[in-house]
Amino acid sequence: MNIVNFTPVSALSGGLLIGFSVAIFFLFNGRLVGISGIAANALTEKNNKLDNILFLLGLVIGPIFYRLFIKNEISITISNSFSLLILAGLLVGIGTRVSGGCTSGHGISGIGRFSLRSIVATITFMIVGIITVFIKNFI
Amino acid sequence: MNRLVSLISGVIFGAGLVISEMINPDKVLGFLDLFGNWDPSLAFVMIGALVVSSPLFHIIKNKEKPLSAEKFNYSNSKNINNRLIIGSVLFGTGWGLSGLCPGPAITSLALLNIYSATFVVAMFVGFYLVKFFNLDNRI
Repeated sequence: MNIVNFTPVSALSGGLLIGFSVAIFFLFNGRLVGISGIAANALTEKNNKLDNILFLLGLVIGPIFYRLFIKNEISITISNSFSLLILAGLLVGIGTRVSGGCTSGHGISGIGRFSLRSIVATITFMIVGIITVFIKNFI
Repeated sequence: MNRLVSLISGVIFGAGLVISEMINPDKVLGFLDLFGNWDPSLAFVMIGALVVSSPLFHIIKNKEKPLSAEKFNYSNSKNINNRLIIGSVLFGTGWGLSGLCPGPAITSLALLNIYSATFVVAMFVGFYLVKFFNLDNRI
């Protein structure tokens, strides 16, 4: 194992903002943020539809605000084929709904209230993610 | 009020994903590459988020009700069942293949990146398939 590209300060500051975001959502709306749940319910459920859509719209506005005020470029690298991205998207969509949460719902909201279920889910998807990357690098 | 809070917490969450660089799938794949070139940043994002959210969750949930909703509404399920594990394995596989999970994928729509948009469409198809075939109750 080599440690590379480690950015602890920006990681921690971004994390603090994310923690603050889920806390105010809980304080006002009484719901715990899980993005897969919010996105799936915005698509399929009538309850809280507008709140869910507004939260998702907020997510997309986030980078635009960042560009306006911080004036840094946001660069992302995706080096996958379209077919692999479609497969990955289907797996993420189906998997998060079957298990009831993703990195935010289980990893932050669930672990944040010490839910054993979410701790098990987070450890499982992290181990499987690590194994997937290991196999992918090997092939 | 709850509409405004939904939008604002989305913006803060999205900005947090940009600042922490979790919007970049390469950064996430670096975290999952534990046995190669490991980038521990994602762990620091989770620590930052949990340091803020966890104590606040515990204070807020003891309130009589949320500030702008009738009651608190979150799952208190303690069931560690097949659904939780199978869903997390599927999600972890898609996450490891692409480096994308629901929050960063939706946030990166702001960058008008055709690759992440492809992933998001496939993910929403996944959400819909689970609902349509009632997969979460069949597993």
